[in-house]
Amino acid sequence: MTLKAGDTHEAVVVENIQRTHIVKYAGASGDFNPLHHDDTLANKLGGYPTVFAHGMLSMGLTGRMLTDWLGPTALKKFGVRFTKQVWPGDTLTAKAEVTEVKGGLATIKVVTVNQDGESVVEGEAIAAV
Amino acid sequence: MADTAAQESLITDEMRAEIGKRSQPWTCEVDKLQVRMFARSVGHTDPIYYDLAAAKAAGYRSLPCPPGYLGTPVYNPATSDATFGGRRGSGPGPQPRRPLTRILNGGTEIEYFGDICAGDVLTAVSYTADIVERKGGLGEMLITTSKTEYTNQDGKLVAVSTGTGIRY
Repeated sequence: MTLKAGDTHEAVVVENIQRTHIVKYAGASGDFNPLHHDDTLANKLGGYPTVFAHGMLSMGLTGRMLTDWLGPTALKKFGVRFTKQVWPGDTLTAKAEVTEVKGGLATIKVVTVNQDGESVVEGEAIAAV
Repeated sequence: MADTAAQESLITDEMRAEIGKRSQPWTCEVDKLQVRMFARSVGHTDPIYYDLAAAKAAGYRSLPCPPGYLGTPVYNPATSDATFGGRRGSGPGPQPRRPLTRILNGGTEIEYFGDICAGDVLTAVSYTADIVERKGGLGEMLITTSKTEYTNQDGKLVAVSTGTGIRY
């Protein structure tokens, strides 16, 4: 794929995320922290109003935007910070912007936002292009 | 650093001594079932994550790992963590000078050095790379950077993940 600095791409990676999505991720990842599937315990243990998605689920959803765009194994490095929790009902849009292309590697700024435009994931990817 | 400042640090000598100590290795298997489950859980629709023929036609040995998936720790009821499935820690480890009760996942970075496909068996080893303290909006924070190295069955380092944990 030919990319140049300034190129952008975005995709809605999940619409109206449900507990079912979160439970699927729990099963696939093996992470059964009750904060992510048990509303009663999420409230009792953490004071949270409901369960919330695993940070790594937000990362995986964001990664899907990148591989759909760049190919399944283009990523050489993918790092994110979790900036806000993802709650049941949220819709996430993952956005990418190429900041530099050098020596066959593109540096890509990544941000995933919820339906209110708040960022839930911010990070950077380096991909072979 | 003045003695008084050193006394006030959250980070004890015992904590510093943990930096760089490598864990016992554990095994993560990558298999077709789990690649499909993971791909499904984050909504991939590309057939290379589900269909062996499609993966092979695209030049992969088998179904490739989607981003964020680095195999599944082989569960052993005697040694695995019942909640997270990974290697059970050997205890809480040395504690900061003043107690911090809340934990945040600050972020994750994965660096890839080779393709990872179903059929691979990865050996993981982790260590604490750094501990720093900071004062911020949440008050006193302790930021721990841990790294996990994943080596495949051929002895090739295929990925390093870096996790940032925040206690406050």
